[in-house]
Amino acid sequence: MLELRKAAKMVAGEYHIHPSDLTLERGSLNVLLGPTLSGKTSLMRLMAGLDRPTEGAVYFDGIDVTGMPVQKRNIAMVYQQFINYPLLTVYENIASPMRISGKDKATVDREVRKAAELLRLTPYLDRTPLHLSGGQQQRTALARALVKNASLVLMDEPLANLDYKLREELREELPKIFAQSGAIFVYATTEPSEALMLGGNTATLSEGRITQFGPTIDIYRRPADLTTAKTFADPPLNFIEVVKSGGGLRHREGDVLPLPAHLGTIPDGPLTVAFHPHHLGFTQQTENSARLAARTQISEITGSESFVHLEYDGVKWVMLAPGIHNIDPDTGIEVFLDTRHLMAFGSDGRAIAAAAA
Amino acid sequence: MEKTYNNKAWFFVLPVLLLVLFSAAIPLMTVVNYSVQDTFGNNEFFWAGTGWFTEILNSDRFWAALQRNLLFSVIILALEIPLGIFIALNMPKKGLGVPVCLVLMSLPLLIPWNVVGTIWQVFGRVDIGLLGRTLAILGIDYNYVRDPLDAWVTVIVMDVWHWTSLVVLLCYAGLVSIPDAYYQAAKIDGASRWSVFRFIQLPKMKRVLLIAVLLRFMDSFMIYTEPFVVTGGGPGNSTTFLSIDLVKMAVGQFDLGPAAAMSIVYFLIILLMSWIFYTVMTSSDKDA
Amino acid sequence: MARITLDHIRHAYGANPVADSDYALREVHHEWNDGGAYALLGPSGCGKTTLLNIISGLLQPSHGRILFDGNDVTEVSTQGRNIAQVFQFPVIYDTMTVYDNLAFPLRNRKVPEAEVDKRVRDMLGIIDLADWADRKARGLTADQKQKISLGRGLVRNDVNAILFDEPLTVIDPHMKWVLRSQLKRIHKQFGFTMVYVTHDQTEALTFADKVVVMYEGEIVQIGTPAELFEKPSHTFVGYFIGSPGMNVLPAQLNERSVVVGSQRMDLNVPPQTKPGDRIELGIRPEFIHLGREGMPVKISRIEDIGRRRIVRAEFEGKPLAIVADENTEIPAEARVSFDPAGINIYANSWRVGGEA
Repeated sequence: MLELRKAAKMVAGEYHIHPSDLTLERGSLNVLLGPTLSGKTSLMRLMAGLDRPTEGAVYFDGIDVTGMPVQKRNIAMVYQQFINYPLLTVYENIASPMRISGKDKATVDREVRKAAELLRLTPYLDRTPLHLSGGQQQRTALARALVKNASLVLMDEPLANLDYKLREELREELPKIFAQSGAIFVYATTEPSEALMLGGNTATLSEGRITQFGPTIDIYRRPADLTTAKTFADPPLNFIEVVKSGGGLRHREGDVLPLPAHLGTIPDGPLTVAFHPHHLGFTQQTENSARLAARTQISEITGSESFVHLEYDGVKWVMLAPGIHNIDPDTGIEVFLDTRHLMAFGSDGRAIAAAAA
Repeated sequence: MEKTYNNKAWFFVLPVLLLVLFSAAIPLMTVVNYSVQDTFGNNEFFWAGTGWFTEILNSDRFWAALQRNLLFSVIILALEIPLGIFIALNMPKKGLGVPVCLVLMSLPLLIPWNVVGTIWQVFGRVDIGLLGRTLAILGIDYNYVRDPLDAWVTVIVMDVWHWTSLVVLLCYAGLVSIPDAYYQAAKIDGASRWSVFRFIQLPKMKRVLLIAVLLRFMDSFMIYTEPFVVTGGGPGNSTTFLSIDLVKMAVGQFDLGPAAAMSIVYFLIILLMSWIFYTVMTSSDKDA
Repeated sequence: MARITLDHIRHAYGANPVADSDYALREVHHEWNDGGAYALLGPSGCGKTTLLNIISGLLQPSHGRILFDGNDVTEVSTQGRNIAQVFQFPVIYDTMTVYDNLAFPLRNRKVPEAEVDKRVRDMLGIIDLADWADRKARGLTADQKQKISLGRGLVRNDVNAILFDEPLTVIDPHMKWVLRSQLKRIHKQFGFTMVYVTHDQTEALTFADKVVVMYEGEIVQIGTPAELFEKPSHTFVGYFIGSPGMNVLPAQLNERSVVVGSQRMDLNVPPQTKPGDRIELGIRPEFIHLGREGMPVKISRIEDIGRRRIVRAEFEGKPLAIVADENTEIPAEARVSFDPAGINIYANSWRVGGEA
């Protein structure tokens, strides 16, 4: 169990990481999600002991390891760049951490072959990294991190330099591989879709702060505040300003959105309502859907679905609708908003009532 | 990249620290010690206060040598920097030419300084030197032993020959780090050769140029061996730079006090000039 | 703007290519319409960047010709082709202001300063950088720099084509959305011929009118996003486009039906195949309905990825991915049915028919 207790990193009088509490359990996969420069790498460096927190402490299994150098901790790291020993074969690359720790030959061989099998590297064991594709190189780096039998494995955007399709495949495999190891995995990414595919837990980061931590899917569905909601949305969220009064959400344009059940009990007053693009549609989803008149801007087609960019009362929205809809720009259309999934935020940006799952 | 916070690092830099201590800090303190005392040997010292400094700063000999130094450095920079950039720009970027050019460029840098001096001393001699003799046959009146201008030209040409390679290598390193996409984009934008240099190559070379200018300034300002070997500071005092004057004073005349004071003034001037260069050249980085 | 003709183009990096495998680009013979938006999509090493460099004039093809509006430009230099290009990493002139960056290509071409000013001001508005005109380009964010690169191409309103080489690689996901739709809008507004190289299917599909899918130095399919999705002409296209990709199951043809394991599905039109062909059935996860009716499957895992769920299952001993939306109920004893419109039949990996 890794604990950050009010750990912070200050550089030149500015917080790179604000005082943060975070507890990561053994055998868990934890995603750090946030845009570039939100503090993902800094946070990992604190966890690894590469940087010493300027405030607070880091505990591992209840023992204070603040300031303990990285060499003394049992940690493995995988970086965005494919880092392998260029002159060693894949086999020797994977074996290297065990050679350092002085494992006997038979154990090394068994572990290397097991890891290679897991990461589908068996046919390439005799090659050197220069003769491998990017995906194979990164899998070699992953295998090395796994055989180290580290208690903490940190991965800093490990798939960012790989092809889209390869990324998709590894994302699917990684959770299975992680599940077989008892280590704490920490995985940094800028992509919400990557976090969702990996599952596990997610900590969202924004400007050096952990805005929320919990099971990935819960944070996606029930973000605690606007910042988290925006960080964890790809495609971006749509927003609408409303006033709740009685049984409806009154919009400036005069439309009244039917009040969904999960927002029924909240007090009257102004709200910011957010929803995902796929909760807008051309057809009525339920009887509680709101019928809205919008103007189209452009349409993007992905083959099976269409992203229709809309303007509604001066606000830009994106609708993600199944099927192919190539609508001319500046056309008036009618769309339906599925109110079951609305997220509501108060003027302070805190979530008022979370959307139903 | 990986920083760890333990004290092991100090252990590794300790040898360097010790070396610097013995080779720089301790001698420097000795010099400071000498500069404020008078001695006639036999370990007898008399307090001289700032006397030596006043004497040095009031001596025409010092100011004349300093002027020669500055002039020399300005000429050296004005020649070697543009020439170095020019050669670097025209060096091949790929293929067999690269190692050949790099080796050729490094050759002068590998020759010991006194050997460089000796080479040119012989090379320029009117009686037996290839250069001196050729010029004499061509009817050009050239004699670095007699004519101060000829002596200056010889020393400058020698320094350019010796050190331009350093500027070339530094600039070349800067140039090859520019991604191809920049050149492609410039072609597409219809940029002229000059624009490519002005807006892509020069900005990317700025950092290495700063290093080149600093190194060449400090080195040229401290020049000693080569002119000493070639001209011995002459004819007259025409190529007597501060360093040569300093040695004459300390070793030739054994005026340790004034020599020590001069050393310190000399040291402070170099420090000051380097600081000015550095500040001026890095200041434009901060405006973005 | 120009129509681009790729006339029997082949390219090999090594000298004396003999075998097909010596070619980075095997044979490309196509004509691209004036004002079209094309995407070259494929994995690393498929030849898409080679093809782009041939169009930009950076590479001379080993064989074949390239024509702009019917004029042979094979021997013409990059400068002479009058094209614009946006690179993977933003290329900007650090020491210039944003304004001067945009004015640079015009000034190089001796456009009168009044005209330069007008066009630069227009362009600053189009790429949303009007407020940044006098800032040094160096301090900007990656997406702003990329907009400058694009703007430098667009200010020359007479370019033959604008080429993009994975332009969104260094852009954060949120900004990708904004830039992508801005690019689309600009294309609609100006009608430039655009060629966009990427390995990211979402970028390719949303950007392009026609997507060119490349694999091992060959174009395997050119089609609209819908065609690539519904009728992938090669199993590679099926796999590469769509997330997750198409399920490809070994099958047998039996007169008017296709057989997978112990399951039989009827086909309207029997596909043309030869004896000995390796037959496969392709079905996208989106075209599989999960319910209480149909063929039996064994569900092994359900991945909730937010707006939809990916159900990993075993069907006739083979892995099968099924996509279900977030509101669909997944029964314990699930069964599946394949949407007849989504069935494609492949012989030796090439599509021979489908649509029962």
